[in-house]
Amino acid sequence: MTDASPSQPSEREAVIRVRGLKVGFGDHLVMDGLDLDLYRGEVLGFVGASGAGKSVLTRTILGLLHKQAGTIEVFGLDIDKMTPHDRLVVGERWGVLFQEGALFSSLTVRQNIQAPMREHLGLSQSTLDGLALQKLALVGLPPETADKLPSELSGGMTKRVSLARALALDPEIVFLDEPTSGLDPISAGDFDDLIGTLQKTLGLTVFMVTHDLDSLFAICDRVAVLGHKKVIAAGPISELLLSDDPWLKSYFHGKRGVIRLSAGADGHDAVAAEKPPQNARR
Amino acid sequence: MSAVSARPERLVTTTPSVAREDSQDAVVLSLAGEWIVAAGHQLEAAGASLLSSAKDAKRVIFDLTGLQRMDTAGAWFIDRAQVELAAAGASVSYRGEQPKHDILLKEAGYHPPDKSSLVHPAPTVALLSAIGETIYDVGVDFLDIVDYLGEVVVMFLRLAPQPWRWRWTPMVYHLEMYGLRSVPIILLINFLVGAIVTQQGIFQLAKFGAADYAVSLVGVLGLRELGVLMTSIMIAGRTGSAITAEIGSMKMREEIDALKVMALDPLEVLIIPRLVALVIALPLLTFLADVAQMAGGLLVSWIYAGITPAVFINRLQSAIWVQTFLVGLIKAPFMAIVIGLIAATEGMEVRGSAESLGRCVTSSVVKSIFMVIVMDGLFAMFFATVDY
Repeated sequence: MTDASPSQPSEREAVIRVRGLKVGFGDHLVMDGLDLDLYRGEVLGFVGASGAGKSVLTRTILGLLHKQAGTIEVFGLDIDKMTPHDRLVVGERWGVLFQEGALFSSLTVRQNIQAPMREHLGLSQSTLDGLALQKLALVGLPPETADKLPSELSGGMTKRVSLARALALDPEIVFLDEPTSGLDPISAGDFDDLIGTLQKTLGLTVFMVTHDLDSLFAICDRVAVLGHKKVIAAGPISELLLSDDPWLKSYFHGKRGVIRLSAGADGHDAVAAEKPPQNARR
Repeated sequence: MSAVSARPERLVTTTPSVAREDSQDAVVLSLAGEWIVAAGHQLEAAGASLLSSAKDAKRVIFDLTGLQRMDTAGAWFIDRAQVELAAAGASVSYRGEQPKHDILLKEAGYHPPDKSSLVHPAPTVALLSAIGETIYDVGVDFLDIVDYLGEVVVMFLRLAPQPWRWRWTPMVYHLEMYGLRSVPIILLINFLVGAIVTQQGIFQLAKFGAADYAVSLVGVLGLRELGVLMTSIMIAGRTGSAITAEIGSMKMREEIDALKVMALDPLEVLIIPRLVALVIALPLLTFLADVAQMAGGLLVSWIYAGITPAVFINRLQSAIWVQTFLVGLIKAPFMAIVIGLIAATEGMEVRGSAESLGRCVTSSVVKSIFMVIVMDGLFAMFFATVDY
């Protein structure tokens, strides 16, 4: 989508721009003066300690939570000044994969995927059926899945169906809230590959909240770190690995991070050796 | 920021279109505009014309040079045309496509639907099978409830000599929720029912000059049948639905499974306290209902027939015995058991979806009201037979 290299972020187009965000519940502030940019065509990994407010930030950007101060611009539009029409159009330009899938439990997989298309576009039923099967194939599920109910799906299938629904309107931005949590390492790796492939194929911008270090190394162009109610660091993972911040150090160099690093002198090389298809592009 | 449009319009600036051009040996279809899903039915029309414009051709070339944008839906329509034309015997090739188009056409291509999955049985067969399934389900439901009743009785007998294992706190809590909090609505509807029965009795019996017997009517009918019936129906709707919804949503969120793996029996922890609370609450409420019905009768006979409270009470005393009151009261605990059992079994029937929770709550209320009325009829026959 864009040719600007990650090292010159200022020249890239920010599809989401958050400035001075303040969010809280009662007296307790979760975000205080938070700034964040999401650039077109990148995969941004978003990490932070459990309970630091990653989901709160995502929900605030999506307009599900109210902020106390600050501005959020989506596609260059301030979300506070949007008309209902703008809101509708923005709704068609982003897709969300909720942590628990949030599939409509009384609809089949097919109807779940068709729901956004049916509501927003005047397409015939045969086209809707065809497109639903296409989206299923896109996320790597067999056509038989189409007539199942969400309660009959496994965790990994739920995530895939939810991704298919998020992609139904061919959005420009996809929000993924812990897409690989609850999946075994192989499924999680497959899901990372899937997101990487889709991101390349469709030119998506991806905002991914994750705790999965493998995901961060495998598909993220940049990583933003939430701590002390702010984004304490943002940049390519190789830069963050050199950071002196104590939390970042223990995050990447702790017990669980060290295995990854021991594979190479720095994280990027380690991953490049392991997952050449993803990193060859960058 | 320069490339960001000031207004996020629907993003379709040029509608997708197809132009046909016949060269010497092939049909060239030039695609233009934005082939994206936001174009909706325009995209659908363009996809259809892509298919129809080249129906007769032997060699077809899709020229993508003028294509401004393509997304997965656009790719699906283009690929569908390619697949179907190829199936019709034409050779199809692309011209002027960009690498990203290639990836999209490959990754997000057309998959012909599997026709075998769309087979429906004949309507008569479907109807017969639906009837059969329903009858079978009714039988299974009945067995389930009998099964549950057995389990409850066994659990009850096991707990009876061990009062320290009784869960007093939830029991008292449920007694408050099901009993105390139902008092206002039970008093209100039974007052109204008593009043209505008396008013109709006065009007109809006055034709025989027997308006005074309206007091006997409300006394006997209210105490024997209506008090317990109205209370049970109200509790089936108010409390039965609550029990089904509580247990059903616990089932949905795997809380019941969590109890089981802690070696706790959901029957002992969740259902017995509710059932016991209901069995205590319903007779108490029935007593209040009886009082309310008499009060309604008293007020209406005073207003419509000029029967003073003193006379009303005098007549009532001669019309009813303690038995009349007990006949109604004896039925209450049985009604409570039926309502509680149906509500609990339906709650346990809930599966994963929100829809199934709704269905089970509905069926819990409908079944318990039905069973309450059936039971009342059976009791009426029984008491008539034993001449009580």
